[in-house]
Amino acid sequence: MARIQTVFSRLKSQQKQALIPYITAGDPHPAATVGLMHALVAGGADIVELGVPFSDPMADGPVIQKASERALAHGVSLTSVLDMVRDFRRRDTETPVVLMGYANPVEAMGYEVFAKAASEAGVDGVLTVDLPPEEAAALSDTLKAHGLDPIFLLAPTTPDWRVAEVAKHAAGYVYYVSLKGVTGAATLDIDSVASKLAHLRGQLSLPIGVGFGIRDAASAQAVARIADSVIIGSRLVQEVEEHGADAAVRLTAFLREVRSAMDAARQ
Amino acid sequence: MHINDLPVPDVYDLPDARGRFGEYGGIYVAETLMAALDELKQEYARAKADKAFMDEYRYELKHYVGRPSPIYHAKRWSEVLGGAQIYLKREDLNHTGAHKINNTIGQALLARRMGKKRVIAETGAGQHGVASATVAARYGMECVVYMGAEDVQRQAANVYRMKLMGATVVPVTSGSRTLKDALNEAMRDWVTNVDHTFYILGTAAGPHPYPMLVRDFQAVIGEESKVQMVEMAGRQPDVVVACVGGGSNAIGMFYPYIQVPGVRMIGVEAGGDGVETGRHAAPLSAGRPGVLHGNRTYLMQDAHGQIIETHSISAGLDYPGVGPEHSYLKDMGRVEYTAANDDEALAAFHELCRTEGIIPALESSHALAYAKRLAPTLPRDQIILVNLSGRGDKDIPTVAKLSGIEL
Ligand SMILES: Cc1ncc(COP(=O)(O)O)c(C=O)c1O
Repeated sequence: MARIQTVFSRLKSQQKQALIPYITAGDPHPAATVGLMHALVAGGADIVELGVPFSDPMADGPVIQKASERALAHGVSLTSVLDMVRDFRRRDTETPVVLMGYANPVEAMGYEVFAKAASEAGVDGVLTVDLPPEEAAALSDTLKAHGLDPIFLLAPTTPDWRVAEVAKHAAGYVYYVSLKGVTGAATLDIDSVASKLAHLRGQLSLPIGVGFGIRDAASAQAVARIADSVIIGSRLVQEVEEHGADAAVRLTAFLREVRSAMDAARQ
Repeated sequence: MHINDLPVPDVYDLPDARGRFGEYGGIYVAETLMAALDELKQEYARAKADKAFMDEYRYELKHYVGRPSPIYHAKRWSEVLGGAQIYLKREDLNHTGAHKINNTIGQALLARRMGKKRVIAETGAGQHGVASATVAARYGMECVVYMGAEDVQRQAANVYRMKLMGATVVPVTSGSRTLKDALNEAMRDWVTNVDHTFYILGTAAGPHPYPMLVRDFQAVIGEESKVQMVEMAGRQPDVVVACVGGGSNAIGMFYPYIQVPGVRMIGVEAGGDGVETGRHAAPLSAGRPGVLHGNRTYLMQDAHGQIIETHSISAGLDYPGVGPEHSYLKDMGRVEYTAANDDEALAAFHELCRTEGIIPALESSHALAYAKRLAPTLPRDQIILVNLSGRGDKDIPTVAKLSGIEL
């Protein structure tokens, strides 16, 4: 069974939710990333989302923009990100890794070459922010042919007919963007997320992760009560920005706190 | 290319329903914006079919912008060049000094129709920012303009112009701090404020339906030219030339001519220090197709798909992408694309000032530079129509500085 599916079915039987942290690959420098990924897993990450830096991160707020710029300053590319995943897999063969990024680096590499290389490196899923389902058919098919899950975004503005479109292509889980805004934006409105998720459940069978605006144990716990997974990005990237490679212990400690708050959610 | 070899299409009905010009265009944005783009597409279709809307758009162009803009036969300059006759489409005479306002009026009327009271825009040279601030003042809307921090420094007069008309100018400090980053920032604002904000995109790029609606609002340039050329010269031009940044003035001029046989069209990109140096802004001349800012098109990018920095003397052409319809017209061969470098543009700028008493925008000077190269190679009875997309007042500090003069 695919790693992502395995994680969600195990958690389901334990009545737990997946914790999915995000960091930008190559930030603060390429040699630090694999260590930081292991630190995330040590803190209780079920899946690791690894950001592929791009020169024009249109959907990201300042924190992740700057992380991208730091990584690009070190010459990080999609190829080197795949090397990092391969390196991570030498010590961790279980934790799913999802790449999150923009279309153009994948376009430049070519769908087939990318899907094959990503699969060989040990990637499990791919979220391409600026490829909505209308434009994603070819890449999704190629990814699936190589055993990779295409992950899609849903937003507060997504109408029902588009949810059906996403459902046609998506695998692994779907990523519900909790608010209208970019990554790192203000806090989320838990009630509106809850009612939207209840509505989405009627249309989708995949697990639903919620991201954007989750910054601490309390907001993670609130989301864990209503979603299948909690996605945390900017808050962690900020930690990396402030503490560089030394952020590892802090990331682990922070995620432990989040993890226990989430696990307490259903008790 | 010989005139008879021009691939003039019998049918030209693009983009398709998905916003495609062949393999280019499309809608490459994050999910949050998809519904807003869909709403815009629907509303634009209704507006286009609504006589009252189109009448108001035309009324505004006539009485507020001052259209039709004249075509002027640059006889003295043609004489100096010693070949084909050069005619200029005078978009520089529009209110606010460039073609940009044709588009901002159209989009502001759409914004009003959609009940959006706040408009945002990106700008490079500041011309589109000024044109957006202008229409926002005209229709009583709040206006926020994103501008690369570098450009805010370089174009101080335009920044003040926008402020005079009540707009807020936000300097963008991310990335390369120029036009592409201003566009990123405008997109981020739009995602955040999508319920009550209308994004007035300044060029024929971005996600569908923008390339189409910007083209349609700018097509008045070519439509007028078709009528005026017959009045002035008794026939259509042999060659039509326009500068290409994002491609809005060029597509506005070219689109009505696509199916006219015998008219060669040439888009001139910014060659910067020279296309061979890599320091330029000429994606159609030296780039590769990719995905940026919501559409698939030719881009300046490195081997890994990262967008690379552009270089041009003219801030309005300093953009690593280009509208998707130009990518299509390039591949099809209906329009030829070339580049003029900084020096050539500057030389043409000075020549037009001195021989015709017209100070052109540095952007437009790239089109003039190509005409200067082409005219002497053609017989005197041939006609070159150049789109003079804007006036050069905004560029006077830049040009003075290059000449070593402190103003
Ligand atoms: C006078 C003028 N011409 C041309 C351009 C380039 O834009 P486009 O290629 O969309 O016409 C600009 C942009 O600022 C401009 O101000």
